[in-house]
Amino acid sequence: MFNSVNTTVLAAEATHNPILPETPDLVWGFVCFIVLLVFFWRLVLPRMKKLLDERGEAIEGNIEKADIAQKEADALLEQYTAQLADARVEAGSIREQARADGQRILAELKEQASSEAARIQATAQSQIEAERQAAVVSLRSEVGSLAIDLASGVIGESLTDDKRSAAIVDRFLADLEASETASAAGAAESSTGAVSS
Amino acid sequence: MLLFAGTPFAMNRIMIIRIIALLAIVLIFWLGTRKMKIVPGRFQSLVEMGLDFVRVNIAEDLLGKKDGRRFLPILTTMFFMILFFNLTGIIPVLNIAGTSVIGVPIVLAAVSYICFIYAGVRKHPAAFFRNALFPPGVPWFLYIIVAPIELVSTFILRPITLTLRLLMNMVVGHLLLVLFFSATSFFLFTAGGWWSLLSIGSLAFGFVFTLFEILVAVLQAYVFALLTGVYIQLALADEH
Repeated sequence: MFNSVNTTVLAAEATHNPILPETPDLVWGFVCFIVLLVFFWRLVLPRMKKLLDERGEAIEGNIEKADIAQKEADALLEQYTAQLADARVEAGSIREQARADGQRILAELKEQASSEAARIQATAQSQIEAERQAAVVSLRSEVGSLAIDLASGVIGESLTDDKRSAAIVDRFLADLEASETASAAGAAESSTGAVSS
Repeated sequence: MLLFAGTPFAMNRIMIIRIIALLAIVLIFWLGTRKMKIVPGRFQSLVEMGLDFVRVNIAEDLLGKKDGRRFLPILTTMFFMILFFNLTGIIPVLNIAGTSVIGVPIVLAAVSYICFIYAGVRKHPAAFFRNALFPPGVPWFLYIIVAPIELVSTFILRPITLTLRLLMNMVVGHLLLVLFFSATSFFLFTAGGWWSLLSIGSLAFGFVFTLFEILVAVLQAYVFALLTGVYIQLALADEH
């Protein structure tokens, strides 16, 4: 199939010198060239150029978009960093404040506690004093009435006369106190301190 | 002669093959650039690759952006015209390159010749021919030798070599294929007997040379466009 066609062409070519152009050959070569030149020049290459421009624009647009996005992201990051730093500072100051507050509260509490303790101590002291006083008073009256009862029994006479009995008791107590102070001089103070003082 | 016999538009088989190749180019590039998308499909990528090859590797590489754009239509036309016309040599049924008779090579060489002279005269209206024939920096007495050499090499040999390189490559490629396939046919059908074994070898060679012809077709198209680019570049250069 190939060869039969090729050999006829070979035979046709052999009839003239291939270096010398024939007019139709030149004409058709020229026509083909012009058609293709116009085709590429006026149609294909402008389309191609347009495409390349569009593509370039698209890429540039994307780059620009990316730039803007990058800038936004940078700004946000900066903002966040600043906020974070602020927050850190704030946290630090709050912590500092808390520490100071704590110390203050602690000091206050300590003071309060010590004053409370002092108050309680004072109260206890005065209570003790009051109770002691009450004990002394009741003891005095009881000792008086006991002594009178005893003395009544001893002398067989009622000492119910208030005036006399009171005088007797007072005298007795005075004697008692006098003897106590006399003995306290010789004896140890601690044994008598609770009564005499 | 098949059509318009006797007129300047007389058509023989090779002219028809040229028209077919021409239509193929127009069809491919028309379809390939019809609805161009920013993100190309497969076919568009292929077409773009071809156009970018000429634009980047030949025009812009040699001539720079500005001049490259000026001469891009010529270079693109040359490249694809030669490529497609060459490739018809290995396409079944067509079987002969559109460039294998001298018409197309001579027309294209003439275009190349006119282009580089136009480029030179346009850039250096007064100095182009003087610089081309009497290169600056050469001692004056050497001009006796240099000027004729430059005249012959630049203004006579360039178009002739362009024409003949392309023409002969295609003619010889065609003859080789004819030889191998005719030999195959001869061994197989005419000689017969044990001779038909040789047809295997000749067919294999025919196949290999068909592949080789594809390479030659691309290479010749590239060389022709590249040399045209180089000639234009030399004509545009400030110093010769």
